[in-house]
Amino acid sequence: MADRYSFSLTTFSPSGKLVQIEYALNAVAQGVTSIGIKATNGIVIATEKKTPSFLVDDSTMEKVAVISSNIGMVYSGMGPDARVLVDKARKSAQEYKRVYHEEPPTVMLVKEVASVMQEFTQSGGVRPFGVSLLIAGFDETGPALYQVDPSGSYWAWKASAIGKNMVNAKTFLEKRYNESMEIEDAVHTAILTLKEGFEGQMTESTIEIGIAQLVEEVSFDGQTSKVGKFKKLSGSEIKDYLANIA
Amino acid sequence: MSIMEYNGSAIMAMKGKNCVAIAADRRFGVQLMTLSTDFQKIFPVTEKVYLGLPGLATDVQTLAERFRFKVNMYKLREERDISPKTFAHMVSSTLYERRFGPFFCEPVIAGLEKDGTPFICSMDLLGCINHAKDFVVSGTASNQMYGTAEGLWEPELEPEDLFETISQAMLSAVDRDASSGWGVIVHVITPEKVITRTLKARMD
Repeated sequence: MADRYSFSLTTFSPSGKLVQIEYALNAVAQGVTSIGIKATNGIVIATEKKTPSFLVDDSTMEKVAVISSNIGMVYSGMGPDARVLVDKARKSAQEYKRVYHEEPPTVMLVKEVASVMQEFTQSGGVRPFGVSLLIAGFDETGPALYQVDPSGSYWAWKASAIGKNMVNAKTFLEKRYNESMEIEDAVHTAILTLKEGFEGQMTESTIEIGIAQLVEEVSFDGQTSKVGKFKKLSGSEIKDYLANIA
Repeated sequence: MSIMEYNGSAIMAMKGKNCVAIAADRRFGVQLMTLSTDFQKIFPVTEKVYLGLPGLATDVQTLAERFRFKVNMYKLREERDISPKTFAHMVSSTLYERRFGPFFCEPVIAGLEKDGTPFICSMDLLGCINHAKDFVVSGTASNQMYGTAEGLWEPELEPEDLFETISQAMLSAVDRDASSGWGVIVHVITPEKVITRTLKARMD
């Protein structure tokens, strides 16, 4: 009898919609805004860091997550749901590395995460993830930016925004974006876009930024090569960018 | 007698100038009895990567099929050809998965990277990779092959010279091993094409 109620809650409505997924998208639309921009020589992802009270120690909050040495991701929507996906993405990246001894290409990691999110729209006893993701990576094909939605669908973007204000932010990006933009420019644009719908003071502790770009690396045998690396900007680096804008 | 010497084999790979060569003997036998002289021990993985599998013949064929499957799946998933370096690590982790019941096979991989850089490596039966700047050998005639290759190889060989070098190294080596020989097959991989030739050796 108990298994009677373990059917998937995500059932088609007569009009052909999956309302649970639409509700999940509503949860995302209420979430804090996140931005991603692809530049010619790198990728930037950025988000607002909102605390319910100023008594919260915001130095412990982390919304831009490093997945592997060349890939990072940011979410809009429900924090705890995103953490599950970050864990799964990190594990999948390490499993890839365990077999091929190289970092996963961005698109492979995206496919992996997207298939997890799809599973949660069709399995029994679970609900869809209340998050959209922006995944930024730099592999041998260059920089790439992907958005993954609760349904498990994913797209590559030149620039995108998710969460609250995503419509305004996208319009802003459409005006500001150009194909020849470099990473420094893209970081500025990302900050300006976030600023559009920003409530309160924008400081290095109220936004988070991650970038992926080519970095020179020395291997164990002394050979230097350029490889894609993802890193989060430190407080002082963000402060410098903010100072340049104001 | 060790199970690694049950069927007999000799495989080697060499680096040249913008090219690599891989060669194997063609004997399939059971201890001292030769059963055939056209046994395949080198398998194409992509247009630019070849895999040599010396060792127990049953495991040679099982592994060849297993890697054909894995590489086909890789190609469908990733929508690109596997690079020799990546393939080497795929082989290595496949072998190590069987750490406590190994395949009796010590593979040799030769290929060109996307930018044309030559790649060769050999492995033990557990998947420990051995990278070399000149040549690698594996099989029952490996002692003999080390001798001949060490004596004949030189850096920056052009494809035709590399073919001559690896051929002479193979022919001399298998003559001094009772478990391998009965003909040799050589592949020279260049950015444009793969040159494949079979050689007659002492057939006794």
